[in-house]
Amino acid sequence: MVDGVTLRLTDGTLAGILGPNGSGKTTLLRLLSGTRRPSSGTVRLGARRLDQLSRRDVAQQIAVVPQDTELAFEYSAIEIVLMGRHPHLGLFTVEGPDDIRIAQEALAATGTAHLADRPFHQLSGGEKQRVVIAAALAQSAQLLLLDEPTASLDLGYQLEVSSLLKRLNRDHGVTMAISTHDLNLAASICRELILMRDGRVVATGPTNEVLTPANVRLLYDVEADVHVHGETGHMTVVPLRRIVS
Amino acid sequence: MNIRRRIATVVGAFAIFTIAVLVFAPTVGSTSISLRTAFDRSIAWDNNVDAQIFFVARLPRVLSGALVGAALAAAGVVLQALLRNPLATPFTLGVSAGGALGAMIAISLGLDLGLLGVSSVPIASFTGSLIAIAIVYALASSQKRGLSTNVLLLAGVTLNSFFSALILFVQYMSDFTQSFRAVRWMMGDLDVGNYVPIVAALPFLVCAFAVFAALPRTLNLLTMGEDVAAARGVEVTRAQRWAFLSASLATGAAVSLGGPIGFIGIIVPHIVRLMVGSDHRIVLPAAVLFGAAFTVLCDLAARTVMAPVELPVGVITALIGGPFFLWLLVKRS
Repeated sequence: MVDGVTLRLTDGTLAGILGPNGSGKTTLLRLLSGTRRPSSGTVRLGARRLDQLSRRDVAQQIAVVPQDTELAFEYSAIEIVLMGRHPHLGLFTVEGPDDIRIAQEALAATGTAHLADRPFHQLSGGEKQRVVIAAALAQSAQLLLLDEPTASLDLGYQLEVSSLLKRLNRDHGVTMAISTHDLNLAASICRELILMRDGRVVATGPTNEVLTPANVRLLYDVEADVHVHGETGHMTVVPLRRIVS
Repeated sequence: MNIRRRIATVVGAFAIFTIAVLVFAPTVGSTSISLRTAFDRSIAWDNNVDAQIFFVARLPRVLSGALVGAALAAAGVVLQALLRNPLATPFTLGVSAGGALGAMIAISLGLDLGLLGVSSVPIASFTGSLIAIAIVYALASSQKRGLSTNVLLLAGVTLNSFFSALILFVQYMSDFTQSFRAVRWMMGDLDVGNYVPIVAALPFLVCAFAVFAALPRTLNLLTMGEDVAAARGVEVTRAQRWAFLSASLATGAAVSLGGPIGFIGIIVPHIVRLMVGSDHRIVLPAAVLFGAAFTVLCDLAARTVMAPVELPVGVITALIGGPFFLWLLVKRS
């Protein structure tokens, strides 16, 4: 699925992982979060190898936001966010005032403080995703991995979530890696990009250097126009036609 | 917001209710007895009918009802979280069918191989449960990585129907008296007659409950899905193993003690969730307590509503539990 990948996420970055379906984006995220082990090679977190750390140790430093969150049972938003405190609690420990404060701060940081006591399943798609991001923040991890966090959201919520991520990275210094199909989302918030195809990394670097028509064609077989948008100042990608090879 | 206080308050309220039920239940029955006489040590045991009714007929029955109810309700909660399916029951994974097959074989063969005073039927039933657990567990962990809850579910359901077929076969081959006994056993019966089967089941239940005590926050995370649980620091496969084995052990012990009493393992968890939410740190202990009280009350109804005829407790749990569940669903929406 993923082969011969060498890459490094620096502190404070907001990296986008781009690539067509089946290119290995999700697998790469799983390798980075340690929920999947590489058959060869190593993943390091700082000085230590990820596979030598317990799940609990990893979770104290890396948090994951899944694409969708399906609940089998009903929980309130604050209960979901408090579950982020799991790696910091002992077997029989119950969340104390500090944990509750951290959870409330996480809700506030994602603009969902007013939803704290609402049942999660009654929230809109954008609200749910922001609460799930809050749960990841409550994990107090240095690194946040997000798997297509805006895939199931409409345009309004996409904008809401992407500006939240940008703000968290800029104001709270959270390091992030985001896999996405949305080139314009990546262009608008990511500092650097990792381009993948067929399980390999084909290009990495700062967004404005890597996001070129040539690379878009390489990834998706699509001819695209890439230019800097006048008002926002970031790049935009307009797909023109599919190249049938 | 204080989570510790909330857990203590809710679980405390359930405890008070359950203790009240457990104290009340043995004093009621088709024959009215005087508690003062029953506890009067100056009357010789042989002459003290009230004491005999209280200590031999009723108390073991209430105790076994409480243990069976607590175990089935807790097993239901744990398996529903493990399988992420609110419709799972302790009987979903084939454990009870294994237990039932064991009991059927013991009844049909007229086995009379008591062990340490425990009669052959509960022993055969528990053995059948253990065999079913081993088969399902082996199938679910035969894959390279971890424990597959999908395989767990499919293997359990398949084993359930396979064992049910064998049960029918064994029943068909047995004579009329044995068939009658077998059918009665399948309905669930808490009239254990003495304290020996209770004491025999206790160590297994204690083991299972000790594991349950460590599970609740992990169960919360398992209901969010394996990936989320792992990302939040849960050793998923290990947690799933403990959850499956403890819930299955509790189910096997409960079935060997009281037969496969239906509905407790699904209705009690749901009623509790409707009352207190989904946090397993509250749901699990509350279900243990409420499961005990619910089962004892159902059995109380079973031995009094048509007195002197005693109904099987399984009929009552279904008759009371079903409509109550529907009522709660309607009331909520």
